[in-house]
Amino acid sequence: MEAHAIEKRGKSVDEAIKAALDELGCEIDDVIIEIVEEPNRGILGIVGKKPAIIKVTLREKPEEDVKEVLVELLDKMKIDYKIERVEWDKEKVRINIIGKDMGLVIGRKGETLNALQYMTSLIVNKKREEKLRIVLDVEDYRRKKEKSLEKLAIKLSDKVKTTHKNVVMRPMSPQERRIIHTVLQGDPQVTTYSTGDEPNRKVVITMKK
Amino acid sequence: MKTLVEYIARSLVDNPDAVQVTEIEGERSIIIELRVAPDDMGKVIGKQGKIAKSIRTLTKATAAKEGKRVVVEILR
Repeated sequence: MEAHAIEKRGKSVDEAIKAALDELGCEIDDVIIEIVEEPNRGILGIVGKKPAIIKVTLREKPEEDVKEVLVELLDKMKIDYKIERVEWDKEKVRINIIGKDMGLVIGRKGETLNALQYMTSLIVNKKREEKLRIVLDVEDYRRKKEKSLEKLAIKLSDKVKTTHKNVVMRPMSPQERRIIHTVLQGDPQVTTYSTGDEPNRKVVITMKK
Repeated sequence: MKTLVEYIARSLVDNPDAVQVTEIEGERSIIIELRVAPDDMGKVIGKQGKIAKSIRTLTKATAAKEGKRVVVEILR
């Protein structure tokens, strides 16, 4: 994961960039470009002529590291799978996998999927200074679950608004609770908080005072 | 099965060379013995056994494909 940087000179900045990309064998999106010195045509093209100098650094690609670890684990588990989608949004890497063995990968109540996500995260982050959040999904299982939780939260908040009575939801994991809090965060009428101890911590939806 | 536990253990510990995994395969069950350097025990067990539990969950899913049960023993 060491940053690989090269310095290039050229008649113009564009020319220097092109030469650098050729040498590194990569696309412009893969690198960070820093202009060390602007070119100077000099007077009459003779006196004080200076080339453009740029510094090109390969951009870090954490999603590639995550993919690598996940592939190792799934291959060794002899799972029949395909990586369908990899997204990286600066905050977290999200990977969706598809295939024949997905019931097995999810496991009882998502137990295996959670273990796989946890293990991938441990291995990837052992080598990293800045911790990376990793979300592993199977056939959008988590995404669908998130959507249904969002719907439930809105439905229950409507109930609170009409009855003016608190609603206590079922015990949920921190990830699930976060979804409920986030959805109702912007609601002008209701507010949410958690109560009880893990693993029986529950979200309460209540009217704003 | 052995390669899975080996890969996980080697990736988590500070002394990957000290990782030893043996696999004893029976008709219906598999026993995996994992040995790591004493200093690395915590790295494969985790707080409240969280890492050990994840290793067991992953081996269980792998063994389920072959219709077998699996026991992972972490030894000193």
